[in-house]
Amino acid sequence: MSKSPNVLAAEFPPGVESFDFGTLVPALEGTMWAQAVTKITLLVWLSVAILIVFFLVAYRSPKVVPTKGQWIAESVYGFVRDGIAKDIIGNKHGVRFAPYLTTLFVFILLNNLWGIVPFAQISPNSHIAFPITLALFTYVLYFAVGIKAQGLGHYIKSSIWVSGAPLWVQPILVPIELFQVLLLRPATLAIRLFANMFAGHMILLVFTLGGVALMNADAVFLKPVAVLSWGMAIVMTLFELFILSLQAYVFTLLTATYLQSSVDPAH
Amino acid sequence: MTSYIAAEEHGGSILIPPVSEIIVGVVAFAVILFVLAKFVFPRMEETFKARVEAIEGGIERANAAQAEANELLEQYKAQLADARTEAARIRDEARADAEAIRQDVLAKAREESDRIIAAGQENLRTQREQLVRELRSEIGTLAVDLAGRIVGESLADEARSRGTVERFIAEIDAPAASGGRR
Repeated sequence: MSKSPNVLAAEFPPGVESFDFGTLVPALEGTMWAQAVTKITLLVWLSVAILIVFFLVAYRSPKVVPTKGQWIAESVYGFVRDGIAKDIIGNKHGVRFAPYLTTLFVFILLNNLWGIVPFAQISPNSHIAFPITLALFTYVLYFAVGIKAQGLGHYIKSSIWVSGAPLWVQPILVPIELFQVLLLRPATLAIRLFANMFAGHMILLVFTLGGVALMNADAVFLKPVAVLSWGMAIVMTLFELFILSLQAYVFTLLTATYLQSSVDPAH
Repeated sequence: MTSYIAAEEHGGSILIPPVSEIIVGVVAFAVILFVLAKFVFPRMEETFKARVEAIEGGIERANAAQAEANELLEQYKAQLADARTEAARIRDEARADAEAIRQDVLAKAREESDRIIAAGQENLRTQREQLVRELRSEIGTLAVDLAGRIVGESLADEARSRGTVERFIAEIDAPAASGGRR
């Protein structure tokens, strides 16, 4: 089995091994750090570098009347700040979390975008490590915020006790709520993002590599079908653009929702 | 077939992340979060605030200018009204002054004319009296002289002659006095 799926149509059908990338540093081969320096992590660092450079350059000397770059940077921040943070968490606390939510949004968005950028063609978020990392950040944050805002006891109570439900239902509801807060929220956050990116990449592989396989097929009548397959790959790439933006938005939105329930117990 | 088995062996691993990747993820996200949340977004908030202040300040300044303009307008209007009443007052005063001066002059002139008339009359009266007195003595002497010449004899008797003259003058004076009063 080839270690390099970058070689066109290395194998068909694509499988989970299509997501494995060898380390770029041969010395690390076989150690636990083998996965620390791969195409995937390289793309993550690239995302970090691009975003930091973009925002710092765009905001090196902010003006009241913005320049074009400053305006774009402000628009991204304003979108998350006003459209998600203030909208979900409320005017009072929303702005406080806007920096975290915006960072989360742009980081996920750019990492997702690698999935359809030529030559990158793989999103780091299709490796579950990164969605899990982000979900953990959110998880720790909303617990910390909840405990700080309401106190430990009150936060736990407001999280698991469904006020308004009859008392005899609570024995059923409390474990469900507990399970949801402790495990389901972060797990669904991570898995939703990971699965979408994983599936997206898989679909693109199927149509692209499928096209190659059809083209290489012995039967002549299959060759035109290859063109159809590649056409589908292009359509699916556009579809991916939609999905990856939506997933970045959903992840941020849900994080904001969880933060809101931490800040405001009346929920 | 072997590839499927391999895939299944891998299949478990797609949900189990390598620790190194998690570490990379944590560090990468922490770095970007630190930089953006510390150096970029707070400055954006500041800019937003400055922008709001700039707009609100502009409106405030405009309102202040408007208020000031209104105040000035009111002030000018008040000043104008003051000036108008002042002018009217001065005009009235001048008119009153002129009238008073006119009355004054008139009164003075009347007084002067009265005074002059009175002095003239006084003068006239004293002159007349003096004239009458002179005439009285002269007429006496004249009449005595004439009578002496006509009679041809000296009326040396002083006492008789004086009585005769005075009776005569009194006779003349009686009708003259009643006519001179007129």
